[in-house]
Amino acid sequence: MRKYVGQALPKTDAIAICTGKPVYTEDLAPANALVIKILRSPHAFARIKSIDTTKARNVKGVECILTYKDVPKVRFTLAGQSYPEPSPYDRLILDPIVRYVGDEVAIIAATSERAAIAAMKLIKVAYEVFEPVLDFEQAIDHASVVHPEADLSCNFDIGMEKGRNICSTHTLAVGDVEQELKNCDIVIEETYYTQAQAPAMMETFRAFTYLDHNSRLVVVSSTQVPFHIKRQVARALELPATKVRVIKPRIGGGFGGKQTGSGEVFAGLVTLKTGKPAMFIYSRNETFSCTTSRHAMRLTVRLGADKDGFIRALDIENLSDTGAYGEHASTTFMVCGDKTLPLYNKTRAVRYYGHAVYTNKTPAGALRGYGATQGTFALESTVNKLAAKLNMDPAELRLKNIIKAGETALAYHGNVLGSSALESCIQKGKELIGWQDKYPRRELSNGKIRAVGMAVTMQGSGIAGIDTSSAAIRLNEDGHYVLLIGSTDMGTGSDTMLAQVAAEVLDTPPAEIIVHAADTDVSPYDPGSYASSTAYVTGMAVLQAAEDLKKQIIAHSAKVLGVTPEQIAFDGQTITALNGSKVISLKKLAEALVVGTDKSQLVGNATYGSPISPPPFIAGFVEVEVDPETGKIEPIEYVAVVDCGTVLNANLVKIQVEGGIAQGIGMAMYEEVRYDEGGQLQTNNFMQYKIPCRKDVGRITVAFEESYEPTGPFGAKSIGEAVINTPSPAIAHAVANAVGVSVTHLPITPEKVFMGMKRK
Amino acid sequence: MQITVIINHRQVTLDVQPDDFLVDTLREQGLYSVRRGCDTSCCGLCTIWLNGKPTLSCSTLSFRANGQHITTIEGLRHEAEEFAGVLATEGADQCGYCSPGFILTVLAMKRELVNPTEADIVHYLTGNLCRCTGYQGQLRAIKKYLGVIE
Amino acid sequence: MFTLLTVAQPDTLEAAYKVLKEKKSNAVLGGCAYLRLGSQKINTGVDLSKLGLRYIKDSASSIEIGAMTGLRDIETNVALNNYADGLLPKAAANIIGVQFRNVVTVGASVFMRYGFSDVITALLALDTEVELVKGGQMTLAAFLDTPRSKDILTKIVINKTKGHAAYQSLRNSASDYPLLTVAVSQLDGEWKIAVGARPTRAKLAMQAATLLGQAGNDMTAVIVEQAVQAAVGELSFGDNRRASAAYRQVVAETLIKRAVAEVVACR
Repeated sequence: MRKYVGQALPKTDAIAICTGKPVYTEDLAPANALVIKILRSPHAFARIKSIDTTKARNVKGVECILTYKDVPKVRFTLAGQSYPEPSPYDRLILDPIVRYVGDEVAIIAATSERAAIAAMKLIKVAYEVFEPVLDFEQAIDHASVVHPEADLSCNFDIGMEKGRNICSTHTLAVGDVEQELKNCDIVIEETYYTQAQAPAMMETFRAFTYLDHNSRLVVVSSTQVPFHIKRQVARALELPATKVRVIKPRIGGGFGGKQTGSGEVFAGLVTLKTGKPAMFIYSRNETFSCTTSRHAMRLTVRLGADKDGFIRALDIENLSDTGAYGEHASTTFMVCGDKTLPLYNKTRAVRYYGHAVYTNKTPAGALRGYGATQGTFALESTVNKLAAKLNMDPAELRLKNIIKAGETALAYHGNVLGSSALESCIQKGKELIGWQDKYPRRELSNGKIRAVGMAVTMQGSGIAGIDTSSAAIRLNEDGHYVLLIGSTDMGTGSDTMLAQVAAEVLDTPPAEIIVHAADTDVSPYDPGSYASSTAYVTGMAVLQAAEDLKKQIIAHSAKVLGVTPEQIAFDGQTITALNGSKVISLKKLAEALVVGTDKSQLVGNATYGSPISPPPFIAGFVEVEVDPETGKIEPIEYVAVVDCGTVLNANLVKIQVEGGIAQGIGMAMYEEVRYDEGGQLQTNNFMQYKIPCRKDVGRITVAFEESYEPTGPFGAKSIGEAVINTPSPAIAHAVANAVGVSVTHLPITPEKVFMGMKRK
Repeated sequence: MQITVIINHRQVTLDVQPDDFLVDTLREQGLYSVRRGCDTSCCGLCTIWLNGKPTLSCSTLSFRANGQHITTIEGLRHEAEEFAGVLATEGADQCGYCSPGFILTVLAMKRELVNPTEADIVHYLTGNLCRCTGYQGQLRAIKKYLGVIE
Repeated sequence: MFTLLTVAQPDTLEAAYKVLKEKKSNAVLGGCAYLRLGSQKINTGVDLSKLGLRYIKDSASSIEIGAMTGLRDIETNVALNNYADGLLPKAAANIIGVQFRNVVTVGASVFMRYGFSDVITALLALDTEVELVKGGQMTLAAFLDTPRSKDILTKIVINKTKGHAAYQSLRNSASDYPLLTVAVSQLDGEWKIAVGARPTRAKLAMQAATLLGQAGNDMTAVIVEQAVQAAVGELSFGDNRRASAAYRQVVAETLIKRAVAEVVACR
């Protein structure tokens, strides 16, 4: 029985953040920070012919106006990815070419918001307007080239053909998929479209910058990736890395949206030019239109099976829309295949291929699930269609085909699956939703129809061979600990959870461990919290650092007590020599080590990166009620049974699931993305883009089937992303079971359902 | 325009522009719990009490607060911390950005509704959006909290 | 960003109207939830706070609602909940959230003739009149048909004609605009069918109502269907971001049918 890991401990920052203490970025800004406003392009694709800021500069309170003529000419990426990034360096701070409605044209810094806005209105811009690329299905070989610039560079060959608007290309192929499909008794082919879902975190993007006493640029940002921001700011502003410091305070959510930089380079540049602190706060509108969203994808799936229900061939073609910039294009593309195909390992051939293309729309970036969400919708919807074709229970079909621990899969890059409880997740989920009684549908006396649907998913835990995290834990002079980490708690409670990990190793209550995160001057390196890496990668680094410190505590106390380390017993508070006759408290030992005779302040260190990315698994089951006279869908209950390995904090992991399911329900049913003919994003506020409100989600029931992942801290895997993947295919399945309409184009709206019924 | 407002039981005289909104005026007074979450009066993050009624501060012109009582979560500290503690036992605090507006609405509901059903609670709080929690933990916390004070 | 140069807080309606007419860019300040979304440049905003227009007065013959009354007060008001099966509170309850409804005023909602308005749809199905400073008193239906001009709406009068009413609407997310609204009433034997968010504003389906009236106490499914078809025949439906015209029409048919059934069941 573990003492601290697994406990439902409250987050350490709960009271402060709930009661509105000033602990977020905006609250910490210097009172005299210049207000930054951005003049943005009204055109989807244009070149700035001329820009005149003369009148604007004369507005009282204006301190600085920058155009493309005033910024460094170094191209960079805003992607929060480990260096060298698999992202094109396709951005300039300000570019004479603007590539989407909202692309930055001028930076205005003034002493007040009113002055900045007044100045913004006086900037005169003449554009040469080009025909924009707005339909990603027409992007390849379109007459307009989104990125014609010669100085665009890539760290790797990501298969870019920029003259054709191709940002990246990828193929994963094992076996002869065409031949295998020919051999199959049943082939199902379908094309799916997923929308550019917005992260829509409650705190919009903001950061402030200032020069400190050493003339270093300090950036305080609502970001998930302080170390990556440091690198990109240094590159973009042509500063040595030693001159940049990034601090991440409490932040109001991220979900991947803050895995990409936003205006830090703007604020940094203003501070460099004026010498003054500066802050930008993006409005909700700017957050929707001018940061990043999920990659919209068109996925064509061909699935071949034999009549016994074994899936023998999978062929998926993907066209992914990366919008105006390519930060996460190639990586989300790869994840889409990598975190779906291995699920079904009875295949004899698989292929996954296609392109990510540039368009003149809001850039796509990282959003929870990161490609796996889109792929899961397409693949699981197709597997459900197979079940219908075979007249087989969809749960049975899964159990027949899913990969099990100890097995490999064609698309699994030679890996062997370490831990999985997916089988139990499916069985448990069936039980909890009442599958036996409810599958597939029943008509109520009031004419409404209730039906159930399901889907399964995998994800990863960190990026294998790349995500590397360091942690340090120091024994303070008073016998308490300070844990230094660079991961980024964005509300998830990871700071609290990591203290639980260290506490378990050191056998001390987590309250004895002060957690510090994240400041690039102080924190050991961490990529930041994304790719479901914090529990698995940072957690392991913390565990190993704590073990390192424990070893040192034992070694030093052995010296102090005049025994060998093997004779030491340490219970977290007291060190005794085995015969019990010699005792020293941790507190006394700490004093002695820091200020006493045996001078040596102890710090435990570790750096951890895993060569594998063990998948968490989720089986999702949903019951919906469909009104056949309107097509309106009401989610009655969603059951998610989760294998994330060991549950590190019972409450925090449960809430991750509930929150992720709600976001998945939003993607499945409510979050529509619309552009007008000119390329303006219409769904750029909460009035038009409907994240679910509390009446929209129904009851969410979460259960865990814990496997044990030996490479994770105390057996843990990850939870952050997998949670969003099952609702779209499960709800589509339930709707299909209810009224015989398969919606393949997200979101599943009442009109689509009803019109689908009419067409039958 | 000069206005006199009673903020968290303290009377203050302020200079405001005719088109200033309360959310900005209150933040300028150091009440950082009041914050914007959107531009379109949709999210409920900026909720304060105007004469005890939950009201969007982003959509209330500051001059209209003249002579009125405004309560922010800073003015209900102990009650707010009590409920925040219950939220925390569910892990439903998460990023906390929606929490002050949400908690103020819960505390208003506590005063306005007698023995609310689950449907009553959900209805009262519909205008408070949250992107982190999926709403389930918040409801568990409210039920616990109302049960405790019964 | 909307701007407001000065604010006038007149003591009388006449004074308020005078200020309103003084400059083209002067405007009445209602709840301001919509105003803040736009870029209107208002010279003088006419604030009606000192005119005592925040009230709900219940009498034997009518319920009078002052223009500055918030939608939340309407939602919770006992008299309104007890009249016509609480039609107006039911309609108001759908709108965004409690704190939003404490900001938005009924006067502004009605005066602006919003197409998506649940409140207008419900009021149209009741025996409702409005009072304006310049325009005087007129039925809500007549007011909705007059083009917008500078005026100040001071109150809404609901005559308490005895009968029953039902409200139906369809939204995707519960906190969204409706993609169709329906209010049906039978007051003193006379039917009213109001359909709104078409996406244009609520309108009465007169022929359909007459058909229902002819049924007397013998409402049959056939008659209801005839009325439904008459309603969608005499009203127009359009496309917008939320729904297509074709779908709106189907939804209207279903919601009218259901609202009529609800009223019949109440009798």
